[in-house]
Amino acid sequence: MLRYVFRRLLTAIPTLFVIVTMAFFLMRVAPGGPFNQERGLSPEIKANLEAQFGLNDPLWLQYVHYLGNLLRGNFGPSYNMPDFTVTELFAKGLPISIQLGASALILALLLGSVLGTIAALNQNKLGDYTVIALATAGSTIPTFVIAPVIQLLFGLTWKLLPIGGWGDGAFLNKIGPILTLALPQIAIVARLMRGSMIESLRSHHIRTARALGLSDWSVVVKHALRGAILPIVSFTGPAAAALLTGSVIVETIFSIPGVGRYFVDAALNRDYTLVMGTVVVIAIFTIIFNLIVDVMYAVVDPRVRYD
Amino acid sequence: MLKNMLKATVFATTMTLAAGTFLTPAFAETVYNRGTAAESESVDPHKTSTVYEANVLRDLFQGLVMQDQKANLIPGAAESWTVSDDGTVYTFKLRKDGQWSDGSPVTADDFVYAFHRLEDPATGAEYASMLYPVKGAEDVNTKKGKPEDMGVKAIDASTLEITLKAPTPYFLEMLTHQATYPVSKASIEKLGADWIKPGNLVSNGAYTLAEWVPNDHMKLVKNPKFWDAATVKFDVVNYIPTEDRSSAMKRFEAGELDSYDDLPTEQLADLKTKFGDQIHVGPYLGTYYYAIKTDKAPWNNPELRNAISMAIDRDFIAEKVWQNSMLPGYSMVPPGIEGYTPAMAKFADMPQIDREDAAKKVLEKLGYTPDKPLKMEIRYNTSENHKNMAVAIQEQLKPLGVEVTLLNTDTKTHYSFLEQKGDYDLARAAWIADYKDPETFLGISRKASGNNYSNYNSPAYEAAMDKAAAAGGKPEERMKDLSEAERILVDDVGQIPLLYYSYHDIVSSKLHGFTDNVMDVHPSRFVSKD
Repeated sequence: MLRYVFRRLLTAIPTLFVIVTMAFFLMRVAPGGPFNQERGLSPEIKANLEAQFGLNDPLWLQYVHYLGNLLRGNFGPSYNMPDFTVTELFAKGLPISIQLGASALILALLLGSVLGTIAALNQNKLGDYTVIALATAGSTIPTFVIAPVIQLLFGLTWKLLPIGGWGDGAFLNKIGPILTLALPQIAIVARLMRGSMIESLRSHHIRTARALGLSDWSVVVKHALRGAILPIVSFTGPAAAALLTGSVIVETIFSIPGVGRYFVDAALNRDYTLVMGTVVVIAIFTIIFNLIVDVMYAVVDPRVRYD
Repeated sequence: MLKNMLKATVFATTMTLAAGTFLTPAFAETVYNRGTAAESESVDPHKTSTVYEANVLRDLFQGLVMQDQKANLIPGAAESWTVSDDGTVYTFKLRKDGQWSDGSPVTADDFVYAFHRLEDPATGAEYASMLYPVKGAEDVNTKKGKPEDMGVKAIDASTLEITLKAPTPYFLEMLTHQATYPVSKASIEKLGADWIKPGNLVSNGAYTLAEWVPNDHMKLVKNPKFWDAATVKFDVVNYIPTEDRSSAMKRFEAGELDSYDDLPTEQLADLKTKFGDQIHVGPYLGTYYYAIKTDKAPWNNPELRNAISMAIDRDFIAEKVWQNSMLPGYSMVPPGIEGYTPAMAKFADMPQIDREDAAKKVLEKLGYTPDKPLKMEIRYNTSENHKNMAVAIQEQLKPLGVEVTLLNTDTKTHYSFLEQKGDYDLARAAWIADYKDPETFLGISRKASGNNYSNYNSPAYEAAMDKAAAAGGKPEERMKDLSEAERILVDDVGQIPLLYYSYHDIVSSKLHGFTDNVMDVHPSRFVSKD
């Protein structure tokens, strides 16, 4: 297994290299640059700025410099927020996005699995219909609707939560964003769980287990759940990468200083280094979580072996 | 065991509560939670470009002159100044009690250093041009001259002499811009790039920078070394960026924000009903215009340009598209500059229906009929309101037989295209005043200006602007000359002015000293709360 993990990590290096290279050149294909703005700059001032950030070098040289810096762990300065380096911006924002994303993911996995299991055990009964209805609503109502509703109800009407802001990480400030992030994921997990649990409950080994007189609890939790959880494990990988690297909508509406907003804002501002930093971080998260999912598969399903 | 745990819990709780009681300060600090629609890019005066950081920097630093709560010019770090008879030499006397937040005195050398740094090409200051009227400044910035040849000299520790290339009557107004604020030479030389970090930043304004969490808040605390600290009411000013305007309204309603510098204008009517006098809307020195390709057929014909300008119903756009958060505009210089009368388009007083008839006649005369319609494209940068406005104009011009197509690109693409003098017909643009003078609006239509997206080139206009510049020492004559220059520009339709901007703030009724003004300038040192 360790050899497998090591091999996968090694193969991730060329993948990252390709991603970085493509992102670097694709960014430069987009018209306009970091210093084009409503108030035009004189050519001299623009040249000064470009020289300051090395943007007057040939593109291939800029690429070589960028790669060199990246290997040294230096993501470069942010063009749009020159008081911060990209590393500093991530150091401040990433822990916040990870806190919110991880909480939402754990909540979604726990609650979604329980709801899905309840629905499967009560197939075509009231409990099932209720879960399906809630899951359909949860996965179809967009977050830009859920977030303002949460603000309105919990913040303004009942005055239980703040409307927005991070509040130095106060517990109450996290509830709204976590709920907004988690609700659609809960719905997805519940639907996945329901389907795979129904399938699992119908399988031969469960029938055998029941015939052997095992308790319902033992059948469901020890035997059916193990097989049913595989689609959830597959879903967790990309979901974790997406949630932990922040959400543009949730962070914007709740004024959360995470990194989710950087990708869109930086791309629109042609803040090349910040876009590249975001691409690298998301790529690393995706690679790591896909690897974790594969390892989890082997843990959960004895048929899967990577040695 | 359980008993012991309970005892321990009760003890710990009691101790915590007791400690809390003792640690609570006798006097709670006064806090101003100031909402802003966007995050500041930098707190280095030489690296900023937006109005968002202008607000923050106005609190952190003090230039030679400043603005009061009505945006009028008042002494800042300089307590007085004199101007030579020829209008080219300004001598500033700095305050004797002016100090940096580290307790060291603010000296004329600090200003000399700051002005040299602003012009140093290595600094990469976007607003280096703010000091271009100073002798030798442009040469330094364009690597043609040396800093020591710049017209900035410390006569002694508290006397600063600035020599201009030519009389520039708006020079003092220019000095209210954040790019001209001083920076502490000692601090930058000691800390290098880290001088700007919270806790390190040495400033000479009413506040100092305590914390900055991007996209969350910037905490400013009262500077006890500020020469007028006794009159500063707030101990803490939190700048809180809230990009989502609807969320900002909810945060305001919940009391999380005391003021916010923008509004979701599409909800303006409802907001006025809900918040009453707390909604502040009024004229702001900014013009929303369409640049028009004056050097390309058929747009090189002023008669055609005028016909299109005339046919656009600005009242409808201001009222329906912008919900009266913008005002109909007929001149490049918006009203609100004391002593200046903007030159309005001649059709400004005509009823809209007559304008459309007149425009139709011109189009017919020029050979544009339903069979041979005039085709044109409007380019605009991404924004729901810019789009709605272009669509409204498209509909307004349709009955005249003008076929309008729309092209939307993101802001960077849009301005890069205009800057590179790309081929277009009409393009959305805007200009917000850097300082309170007509020159800031009229300068952009000069032949040499980088912002002259229309490629407008009129010898008569250039001559009129030169004449106004020459009348520098005589303010009334100069304003008249500028107005005459604007008359040429407006009659020529070098640009198509469409709307004047307005400020739209929401301000708690508990706040005092947040006075409405055409620059939308509200230094926190003049604001207080019940």
